[in-house]
Amino acid sequence: MNAVVGRGKCAKAAVGASKMVQAAEHKGCRTSSNSGQASCGSRAGQADLPTEIWEKVKSHPCYSEEAHHHYARMHVAVAPACNIQCNYCNRKYDCANESRPGVVSEKLTPEQAVKKALAVAATIPQMTVLGIAGPGDPLANPEKTFKTFELVAKAAPDIKLCLSTNGLSLPDYVDVIAKSKVDHVTITINMIDPEIGAKIYPWIFFNHRRYTGLDAARVLADRQLLGLEMLSERGILCKVNSVMIPHINDGHLVEVNKAVKSRGAFLHNIMPLISAPEYGTVFGLNGQRGPTAQELKALQDACEGEMNMMRHCRQCRADAVGLLGEDRSAEFTTDRVMKMDVKYDLEMRKAYQDRVEDERAAKAAASKEELGELAGAASEISLLVAVATKGSGLINEHFGHAREFQVYELSTSGTKFVGHRRVDVYCQGGDGEKDRLSTIIRGINDCHAVFVAKIGGSPKSNLIKAGIEPVDQYAHELFEKSVISWFRSYLDRVKSGEIQHVKRGDASIRQKAVISAA
Amino acid sequence: MPFKIIASQCTSCSACEPLCPNVAISEKAGSFVIEPAKCTECIGYFDEPQCVAACPVDNTCVVDTSLARYQAPA
Ligand code: SF4
Ligand code: SF4
Ligand code: SF4
Repeated sequence: MNAVVGRGKCAKAAVGASKMVQAAEHKGCRTSSNSGQASCGSRAGQADLPTEIWEKVKSHPCYSEEAHHHYARMHVAVAPACNIQCNYCNRKYDCANESRPGVVSEKLTPEQAVKKALAVAATIPQMTVLGIAGPGDPLANPEKTFKTFELVAKAAPDIKLCLSTNGLSLPDYVDVIAKSKVDHVTITINMIDPEIGAKIYPWIFFNHRRYTGLDAARVLADRQLLGLEMLSERGILCKVNSVMIPHINDGHLVEVNKAVKSRGAFLHNIMPLISAPEYGTVFGLNGQRGPTAQELKALQDACEGEMNMMRHCRQCRADAVGLLGEDRSAEFTTDRVMKMDVKYDLEMRKAYQDRVEDERAAKAAASKEELGELAGAASEISLLVAVATKGSGLINEHFGHAREFQVYELSTSGTKFVGHRRVDVYCQGGDGEKDRLSTIIRGINDCHAVFVAKIGGSPKSNLIKAGIEPVDQYAHELFEKSVISWFRSYLDRVKSGEIQHVKRGDASIRQKAVISAA
Repeated sequence: MPFKIIASQCTSCSACEPLCPNVAISEKAGSFVIEPAKCTECIGYFDEPQCVAACPVDNTCVVDTSLARYQAPA
């Protein structure tokens, strides 16, 4: 009997929510009421940001594109239940679009999660962020989620806490989130128009019943926007994730971008739909395709005038551990973690992170200098290049070992991060080698050059045949500086007539998430 | 009495468990199960059986036809 009161959680009626949303006040993209014009951005250095926001984002790999080369995050899978259904998610398996490991990974209790956090913090001192992102929706598992935050905040106060949600329950938990010292929240918002929403969400569970069709989408959109607004008012940084689904919400995401910006979102992350049929999602089974690299970039560029875009998202698993793009979760299985004798050493972590900061400053200075040299060159040419890196801002990965490439756009105004391209995990021997090469070429086919620490003779000649220049003379150097220096010489070669500048074609975005932690 | 969970389809997501007004659902051996004696089909609490409405896998929380339907006390 008494169970009903404590257990049924959904509180506010959906109708009230929509009215409050109308009252939204246009606040630009800043979340705190600070004076001075600030451009908020994933790439911005401190110069462009109010200090207290910079403090929040500077070591957060998901919020700062630059930080993601240096700092690591971990997700703990304490939240298995969800309260909505998305057509890009099959809850039996890993959800490739949101961060969910599905049945293949272990669910953790809050106590196990803390032990794991401490184990990772001790092993990987650059781990600065702990997130709860699933495998379901953290706010559909409020007890486990907030218990975990509470325990981690107590045990490891220097770790930043963040949360990813579909937003349905968000308005009910905004105050709890604020009290939990969570300072970053990600909300997945794929539409503001219920007609479009009905094509993405078959149903939601709200106020003790299942809503379908337009009703479901209407309630969801209202609650998401209301939650975003309420968080912004409390000074909590919000990132909005949107899954780009061609012919369903692709054009509409420009509207979504405006709507979330006006409600205080700090960053907008448009991610490509991943819909390989073997995941058994509705979209995977009905042949809904994901966007190409060019389509994704065009949409991100279209939204960029409105607000800063995040382009380095890895759509990582709900139990990912490590730098973005790497996954060390296999080192931290529950079995192993429970056996570890963990020492949490705040001083050691601080010293390590100070070193990282020094390194970052040196790197920024070096590329600035190189950029100065470029300023003299006048050229209309802009092109993309791919970089193989293991982190620290260096070209330090072998072409054959790279699991992904970072793509930068180069022009005389400098470098701009465009995104990463994941290429299939190394398969050895025989035909696998050839397949892998063609996968890589498809993945970076829109690039003029690829920067690597090392590359074998055969892939080299194949790349050249495909029109992509393999560049290995900058091995183990800072890549920002190196690509600018290469670009300068490229422009010179074009000018002297040694080479001709030709446009590249489109590239494909991999449609498979990494299921097993390799 | 009447609702049961088809174990082979249950993903153990736990969504149903906290929603049951009668605390009839619990985890057993990696899957969630309904204690038939406690289930009232949500009659007296909600218009829809909560476990059915929240479960992500269709036809996983189903009426157990081998048992008599729940009779609300008169
Ligand atoms: S909100 Fe996340 S976990 Fe829930 S159905 Fe959608 S993608 Fe899956
Ligand atoms: S039908 Fe209602 S009472 Fe029965 S198990 Fe499901 S939630 Fe509990
Ligand atoms: S909601 Fe469905 S899938 Fe999830 S635990 Fe309950 S019965 Fe299993």
